[in-house]
Amino acid sequence: MQFFKRHNNVLPGFGPTLGFTVFYLSLIVLIPLSALVFRTMGLTWGEFLATVTAPRVMASYKVTFGAAIIAAVINAVFGVLVAWVLVRYRFPGRRFIDALVDLPFALPTAVAGITLATIYSPNGWVGRYLEPLGIKVAFTPLGIVLAMTFIGLPFVVRTVQPVVEEIEVELEEAATCLGANRWQTLKLVIFPMLLPSILTGFALSFARAVGEYGSLIFIAGNMPMVSEITPLLIITKLEQFDYQGATAIACVMLLASFSMLLIINLLQKWSRRYAE
Amino acid sequence: MSALNKKNSSNRSQTEPAFVRWLLIAIAMSFLTLFLALPLAAVFGQAFEKGLTVYLDAIREPDTLSSIKLTLITAAVTVPLNLFFGVTAAWAIAKFSFPGKNLLITLIDLPFSVSPVISGFIYVLIFGLQGWLGPWLQEHDIKIVFAVPGIILATLFVTFPFVARELIPLMEAQGKEEEEAALVLGATGLQTFFLVTLPNVKWGIIYGVILCNARAMGEFGAVSVVSGHIRGMTNTVPLHVEILYNEYNYSAAFAVASLLAFLALITLAVKSVAEWKVRQQFENN
Amino acid sequence: MNTKIITTTLTALVLTLSVSTAALAADITLLNVSYDPTRELYSDFNKSFAAYWKGKTGDTVTVKQSHGGSGKQARSVIDGLEADVVTLALAFDIDAIAEKGLIKPGWQKELPHNSSPYTSTIVFLVRKGNPRKIKNWDDLIKPGVAVITPNPKTSGGARWNYLAAWAFALHQPGGNEAKAKEFVSKLLKNVPVLDSGARGSTNTFVQRGIGDVLLAWENEAYLAINELGPDKFDVVTPSESILAEPPVTVIDKVADKHGTRKVAEAYLNYLYSDEGQKIAARHYYRPINSKIPTKLAKVKLYKIDDKAFGGWQKAQKTHFADGGTFDQIYAAGK
Repeated sequence: MQFFKRHNNVLPGFGPTLGFTVFYLSLIVLIPLSALVFRTMGLTWGEFLATVTAPRVMASYKVTFGAAIIAAVINAVFGVLVAWVLVRYRFPGRRFIDALVDLPFALPTAVAGITLATIYSPNGWVGRYLEPLGIKVAFTPLGIVLAMTFIGLPFVVRTVQPVVEEIEVELEEAATCLGANRWQTLKLVIFPMLLPSILTGFALSFARAVGEYGSLIFIAGNMPMVSEITPLLIITKLEQFDYQGATAIACVMLLASFSMLLIINLLQKWSRRYAE
Repeated sequence: MSALNKKNSSNRSQTEPAFVRWLLIAIAMSFLTLFLALPLAAVFGQAFEKGLTVYLDAIREPDTLSSIKLTLITAAVTVPLNLFFGVTAAWAIAKFSFPGKNLLITLIDLPFSVSPVISGFIYVLIFGLQGWLGPWLQEHDIKIVFAVPGIILATLFVTFPFVARELIPLMEAQGKEEEEAALVLGATGLQTFFLVTLPNVKWGIIYGVILCNARAMGEFGAVSVVSGHIRGMTNTVPLHVEILYNEYNYSAAFAVASLLAFLALITLAVKSVAEWKVRQQFENN
Repeated sequence: MNTKIITTTLTALVLTLSVSTAALAADITLLNVSYDPTRELYSDFNKSFAAYWKGKTGDTVTVKQSHGGSGKQARSVIDGLEADVVTLALAFDIDAIAEKGLIKPGWQKELPHNSSPYTSTIVFLVRKGNPRKIKNWDDLIKPGVAVITPNPKTSGGARWNYLAAWAFALHQPGGNEAKAKEFVSKLLKNVPVLDSGARGSTNTFVQRGIGDVLLAWENEAYLAINELGPDKFDVVTPSESILAEPPVTVIDKVADKHGTRKVAEAYLNYLYSDEGQKIAARHYYRPINSKIPTKLAKVKLYKIDDKAFGGWQKAQKTHFADGGTFDQIYAAGK
């Protein structure tokens, strides 16, 4: 999104700052991550495929990515609702709630996991009322969705909120003047404007949830094939001193993260173009 | 201010009927209560369950204090480093155009979505005894993993994008006319940066630093892999919470956890102020 | 007999040490990397050893502790965590360290009793009054009984649990490998949560109120009762179980590098002394010195070195490696 493409940029410091950026990036991120790839290269292609597509590993992808998608959908729906309510309506406690939305960013994941397990286990504050209804949350795939929803919530709210603020009321007025009812205005005017940011928030929340570990081990049941997440499987491989197996699965996850981020960046590009 | 006018005019014609409005507020609030307020209340509830003395004892305990110290040291090293990186990266990326910019931004974002388990593990692969540099480090008696440097490295990794991510869009949005004007008027590059750019992005920086700091103090997964869990030496606060919890010392675990929750609340408060200031700045521009 | 040898070597050792270092009292730090359930044992034992060592040599020794899952701890040592001694849940994990050359081969013969100064076994922790009437292993496979055990892939204790159930089924009249596998798979069907470590399982059972019975280290079961109230749980000792030998050893490479071999060896030897044995007994481990009184019930105990298992290397491969019986059971369950 370069506004001016001037070749004779007068600002100084391009060389050193870009140089340092690339240097530091390589030192802290790229070289260490490359260790992962190199270690995996000890495996032949066949071994690699066999490791990353073993039934138990496949089941863990299903659990991890499945739960992350469900959590991201929940967040997309409620996140938009929360963002809308926070921007458009006035009610007591609004500012406090607004600040509270960032709690999952700030609360350490291990604390979040222990706390969620405490609340939603069969003898917990909420779990005890769910238990008679036959709903089990803690130690089931539902618990994984719950924790992932918790950690991903701020992403949707915080990406959608500014866009809601920017919506020109005149647009809505115009729609009303043209005879649209409220629902049509929402569906045909507002929703399309929010869509790029909703998708970005969705993708961010999804990407964060896929890699999550700290809060999940406390609340997932860790049952093989049922509620075992991929990061736990990496740990399991390590515990068996199977480093290459662990790095192989880690590589798959790394690739997934990288593609997610590329998509997010493209989405953001798209949404910025949309905004202009 | 146009914002005020907007709100006034929107009140009648553009907003939903009152009952829909309250229904939506109610749904949003119950959702947030269930997911955010309740966990927060649970942390403090359990922390003070056995009373204030137990709470204070838990925090005054030497192992707890040493974990707090380690966490503070870690944050004190990682936050400035990532701050410096964030500012330089934002300068290069926001003020100049060059090929591969999108790839660079994606790579900077990468640590944010890499599983913490992997983030810790990569340092073990490099600096561990079976890793690339391990034997050499061993010979020279330099400890990296299972010691403080390893914890700092893992924390650097997970908090890597925070400041940069916050600053890049902000500095891009502000363009570079002001800097160019300053240079034309004869300011040096550094003067321009400190006197023109920095004041403009001040609150953005603070915002990024706060997030970076919160994550640095709260990171569990990555640090757990490189820590070695030596009591009183390489346990950070989140790891110490886990230890206490695993010792059936629930009140103490939640007491220490509540310190982190306090930190989270302070973070949120400062962040709200920072956000507000950023918005003001935008509106003034 | 053994104790005698040890005491003599100890005295000799201490004498030489006190002669050579009497002049300069030093501050020594040892790092003991251990598994989860030994926290309380070693926090007690370290104090006792420090006092003993101070009295003998005048040196101040501080023992730092690191606890975690046995496999994870072993891996940390392999990756460079500089432990002077390790005290882990099973020999397999120490073998893995030895394989990397950090410990001399044959380490398990260095100290008496397979280098295991105390033993333990697997028992059941049930809710007060034993509402489900769980007496023995075969009660665990009854429909509707919820059993809590950690994941054998990540927890050493869980491997003992698994093998104990296996051994029980194997030794039933008409028992064989196939029947044992069927028994264990029925048992695993009753498991609603597989935590990654022994402490995680105890928390699930105790704090979360999930399950009718927890398969636990004997010392963990008694500790849970002590810590959390005898009015809530009972320990049930089955008629037969497995002899769990958590071994200890000096990490040769590290101790030599730190120059702590002498004190590290003394530390481990002190575990075999009367005082060390008493401390182990106090924490509900089974002392190997039969003269030390213990309140723990007599149980018929099978050994990992019995023909049925053939030692840890074989047991690991058959049951817990990728594709082993544990994986087979879960793959079939799908």
